[in-house]
Amino acid sequence: MIRNVEVMVIGGGPAGLCAARAASEAGAHVLLLERDDVPGGQLVKQTHKFFGSERQYAGDRGIFIGQMLVKEVTEDPRIEVMTDATVLGMYEDGVVTVLKDNQHLKFRPKKTIVCTGAAEKFLTFPNNDLPGIYGAGAVQTLMNVGGVKPADRVVMVGAGNIGLIVSYQMLQAGVDVACVVEAAPNIGGFLVHAAKLRRAGVPIRTGWTVKEAYGNGKLEGVILCQLDEKWQQIPGTEVDCPCDTLCLAVGLTPLSELCWQAGCHMEFIRELSGHVPITDENLMTSVEGLYAAGDVSGIEEASSAMVEGRLAGYAVAVSLGYDVERAQKEVEAARAELVELRSGPMGGKIRAGLVKVAEKRGEAGC
Amino acid sequence: MLIRDGIPTPEDLATVMPSEERLAKGPIAITECFQNIACNPCVAACPQHAISMEPDINATPKVDPDACIGCRVCVARCPGLAIFVVDMTHSEDTALVTLPFEFLPVPEKGQLVCGLNREGAEQGWYPVVRAVSGGKKNMTWMLTLEVPKDKAMEVRNIKVGGYRDGR
Repeated sequence: MIRNVEVMVIGGGPAGLCAARAASEAGAHVLLLERDDVPGGQLVKQTHKFFGSERQYAGDRGIFIGQMLVKEVTEDPRIEVMTDATVLGMYEDGVVTVLKDNQHLKFRPKKTIVCTGAAEKFLTFPNNDLPGIYGAGAVQTLMNVGGVKPADRVVMVGAGNIGLIVSYQMLQAGVDVACVVEAAPNIGGFLVHAAKLRRAGVPIRTGWTVKEAYGNGKLEGVILCQLDEKWQQIPGTEVDCPCDTLCLAVGLTPLSELCWQAGCHMEFIRELSGHVPITDENLMTSVEGLYAAGDVSGIEEASSAMVEGRLAGYAVAVSLGYDVERAQKEVEAARAELVELRSGPMGGKIRAGLVKVAEKRGEAGC
Repeated sequence: MLIRDGIPTPEDLATVMPSEERLAKGPIAITECFQNIACNPCVAACPQHAISMEPDINATPKVDPDACIGCRVCVARCPGLAIFVVDMTHSEDTALVTLPFEFLPVPEKGQLVCGLNREGAEQGWYPVVRAVSGGKKNMTWMLTLEVPKDKAMEVRNIKVGGYRDGR
């Protein structure tokens, strides 16, 4: 049996929650699919206070923003939340198949918003398969969701926001953070995060990388070394750093497989950190009725993901004819918020990426 | 350099440091926020409307030295934990430094804590004269330490644990 759905939102993270809520608020009925056993996405482990403005709940801790959004969505009579539900396929005839409780369910949505987020990148170096080497996301889940102290002594690779924030949260969990190494010459994350880590005594080594890991059956330490301006290892700069955990925070890449499968026009855009669907100003992909919001269409902050979700949700409502005038105003307000969030120097990369998206859209003539 | 190692330089600090005359008048907030990021909760936090951000949310905050009364509300509200309140008028030899703190255990009023500078280097042991929670939702503590005046612009954190009972 194929069940008809008005709006399907795939993914219950910041973008998906806001998309579902926006579409429903304008009057649409929404099915929100989440592959985890609880909605919230990465917000469930973000114990730090968020940046941005009041409209993106700045100053509140991510975990509380997540709880608030989840509450709104689960209490909303027009939104059905299905957890433990993994979308398997998007077919040419518009059918979406879902694995739920070992059942193969089929849906036919009128509109779909893909909010599948991102996956962590990995790093290549000798012995990178030793137990004790984790992605930063896993460590954050162990600590902040599972309540498990993930390490005694850790080396963090990556001084972007995730590396800096997870290092700080490990300090809060009582872990000895030996250092943060960053291959780039500059710290990539917010300098206020770097400063609070540094004043807690954690060295941040820019222009450094992991040469290799070592250990007998499990990680016992890493050899760090300095990089020259061409990112080549400088012989003789090796430093032995004993640790039981190495944490990798070397970037994210969009989880855009469903967009590939649906036949969206995809492009590799470096500034957006991978292959992304080319979307229009309503965040609709090249496939009619299929939208993409949040990290799946380019890696950015959670605050932007929430606004993108809201934009896509209201745009879908407009296209379905719900509360058109007001919903259109909300679409435009969300666009303006995104422009503001991306207008500073930290938004340079995303702005460059979006210019390329617009170019690719023009080339395709859509 | 801040962007290389996370340590603000004297030149960075000079851009946010209140004048000697203003410091001599009473407590004031110092925003050690040097990067243009999209963030503005400090502006809304200030009951005196002393913090502004122009032309937009990506600017760094500016504290109006005449309007700021050093009430410390912004210290817990700043998501970057980048705002400190310094009172150079506390006594002849000592100043009060209020800093944000998010670790356990939280020291109690009267205990001695080890102060750290912006590099995390130990500066000395100082009494906690005030420990105020930012609330259940905010969860950032505001600790006020009494430090020698020459350490007022140095101490920006404390070592977690090992607190001693004061006299």
